Amino acid sequence: MTVTFLMDGKEITVEDGQTLLEAARENGIEIPTICWHEATTANGLCRMCVVEVEGWRTLQPACVVQAGAGMKVKTRSEKVIRARKTILEMLASTMDLSDAPDILTMMDEYGAFASRFPDAERRVSEVKDDNPMYIRDYSKCLLCWRCVQVCADDAQYTYAINFEGRGYETQIGTFFDKPIPETTCVLCGQCVGVCPTGALKPKRQYLLEQGVSPEEISVLNTGRKKRKVKS
Amino acid sequence: MTIIETTPLQTAIEPFLPLGRSGLLPALHAAQNLYGWVSEPVAAEIARALKVPLADVHGVIEFYSLFYDAPTSKHVIRVCTDVACALKDADGILGRLCARHGLQPHQTPEDLSLTIEPSPCLGLCEHAPAVWEAGNDQSSGISEDGATHVSLNRRPPSLVYGSVRILTANCGNGTTPLEKYGEYAGLKKAKAMTPDEVIAEVKASGLVGRGGAAFPTGVKWEGAAKAEGTPKYVICNADESEPGTFKDRVLMLDDPHRVIEGMCIAAYAIGASQGYIYIRGEYPYIVPVLENALKEAREAGYLGNGFDIEIRVGAGAYICGEETALFESIEGKRGFPRIKPPFPTTHGVFGKPTVINNVETLCTVPLILAEGSAEYRKLGTEKSPGSKLFCVSGDVERTGVYEVPFGVTLRELMEMAGGVKAGRQLKAVLFGGAAGAFATSEHLDVKLTFEDLRAAGLPLGSGVVMVFDETRDMRRVLKSLGHFFAHESCGKCYPCQMGTQRQKEILDRIADGKVLAEDFARLQDVGWTMTDASLCGLGQTAASAVLSAMKLWPEMFVES
Repeated sequence: MTVTFLMDGKEITVEDGQTLLEAARENGIEIPTICWHEATTANGLCRMCVVEVEGWRTLQPACVVQAGAGMKVKTRSEKVIRARKTILEMLASTMDLSDAPDILTMMDEYGAFASRFPDAERRVSEVKDDNPMYIRDYSKCLLCWRCVQVCADDAQYTYAINFEGRGYETQIGTFFDKPIPETTCVLCGQCVGVCPTGALKPKRQYLLEQGVSPEEISVLNTGRKKRKVKS
Repeated sequence: MTIIETTPLQTAIEPFLPLGRSGLLPALHAAQNLYGWVSEPVAAEIARALKVPLADVHGVIEFYSLFYDAPTSKHVIRVCTDVACALKDADGILGRLCARHGLQPHQTPEDLSLTIEPSPCLGLCEHAPAVWEAGNDQSSGISEDGATHVSLNRRPPSLVYGSVRILTANCGNGTTPLEKYGEYAGLKKAKAMTPDEVIAEVKASGLVGRGGAAFPTGVKWEGAAKAEGTPKYVICNADESEPGTFKDRVLMLDDPHRVIEGMCIAAYAIGASQGYIYIRGEYPYIVPVLENALKEAREAGYLGNGFDIEIRVGAGAYICGEETALFESIEGKRGFPRIKPPFPTTHGVFGKPTVINNVETLCTVPLILAEGSAEYRKLGTEKSPGSKLFCVSGDVERTGVYEVPFGVTLRELMEMAGGVKAGRQLKAVLFGGAAGAFATSEHLDVKLTFEDLRAAGLPLGSGVVMVFDETRDMRRVLKSLGHFFAHESCGKCYPCQMGTQRQKEILDRIADGKVLAEDFARLQDVGWTMTDASLCGLGQTAASAVLSAMKLWPEMFVES
């Protein structure tokens, strides 16, 4: 079964059940995303992929809404652009985007001002360096949920991390803020792999960025341990 | 570190073990009743007993305002500082209470003797200013502050007025016991019909949801009746948390059997075997009333024969009034709203077909069945049949719940309430709720019907009519609304998570007279982005009142 609909005036035919985002990408129409990842369940969090569907009251997230026969979709209407630009400006006033080049590129494309919201309270957090494998810098976290999802039902079934707080004060956290080695974390690294903003980073990369030399890191890692010599 | 004895905990949470994760909120409530807060070993024991991951248990504690993961007293005084109470010096009451006890808000002394907190709307707006004292039912001797104090055993009086008394026939004289309520006449009529006929009757009545969304009740029931999958559920949404709303509190306290009968009829119509009443944690004094009514209904054979009802108590989260967030909460999770579709009628609580209706909606159902839809439609207008409860608060002579037929004007309703207090002039009415819009004297002759209000750009919402006289500084009111939404955003989608915070910051500046150049455009962009792009109804309406104020009083939002 296929469905045919209009996207930006172009007639598009896709398989039944495909999302508007998939349909757009197959047809060379660019829809931006932040939280979406091929390995995690789409939750429609960032709303960067919102599009205008004729007859619908609110903008719809293209990552979860399925293409329907006869739909008329606009991916760049005035409302859509205003929402995307404002979301980007709010992100820039909330968190440290220095390790998120894709988002900085989007800001240029949408003409978003990083300083649109003066005097905004930013989400600032100390770097958590509590295990040998990765660091957590939640000043750079934009709450895409990917790490929580891969730690749970989307991949690892480890459930080491969840959320703290609510609303603007939400942060990713462990049980009673325990250091990672005291949680169920198995250091699988999947969370680091899906983090889009450098909030989760391999320890080695973090140390290199801090100016620690590879030789020093190697000592840090192997320390006083001596290699076993084959007898 | 204090060693906490967990043996009483194991006894207290034992009844919830068969519920698995769905027993998480009841277990956390039970733990807090014992200790006042949920410490690490207590949380770990609950996680072990219910087989829920540790991090998830902590995530749930952190989501709900009434759960604490740091030392907190069992005796908590919560002072409502939301809109209606703010008009009556709530901040002053909070400050004086704190000073008298030598505590800061949210601070708990080492002996855990007392915690004092500001609170979002307690649903006691007609009694403003309001204070909820949890964990202390003795007269505390602190009522000299002029506030209305409620607690588990101290229920607020019901103030019920209006030009008709159909829905509220049993309200205003304390709880109506089954003996006085009489047999479930509506249910009896329903059971003499087929489920399809019951649904047809509800559709014919033109009843639409009273929680704010005004969705046709019969259509909702039909969807769940036809949906594949068992068991099916009926849920009474009693998470009445919209600032300015208190009608459901009065209905449940004074006429609990009408709620239960409405649920029984819905269950019969859709073939449901299990019901839930999800009531907000701020209404503890209603829980024993409902429990007793459920017991009476079971003894009379209305419940327990293929359909029964369980009470679930929320824990301080406005978002859980959103139906899908409410499901998540019953399932023992953080109250994050789900993406719709799929809709509750096919994928509701536990992924099963579910009908979820507001208290007032369910209370209307027995009337429709008992009297017939034709009789019901004699009241009101063609497009808005029946009667409606309005929650009148703020600067009027007689605050309270008003039952009127659809079609009376705002002016007539205001006159019933004795007009603006002390003969002052009307400045504005916050209409529909915090997620509503402002009306002014120009709107006084608008008829209170869905169709007339829509034309006037006013949402009926949950029936809030909060009145502000000419002396009120509307910038303070907006500041209060801004704080409410920032506090209650769940944080799931970006527009609302960040937008409610940015909106609060700008409204704070405006109230403090420190408006920045271009704040008007900023506030508008944030407002429209939340309205257009948020995931659920909370975000989509978090700027509704603010945007309406910007239209009415643009001068308030620019530098003077």
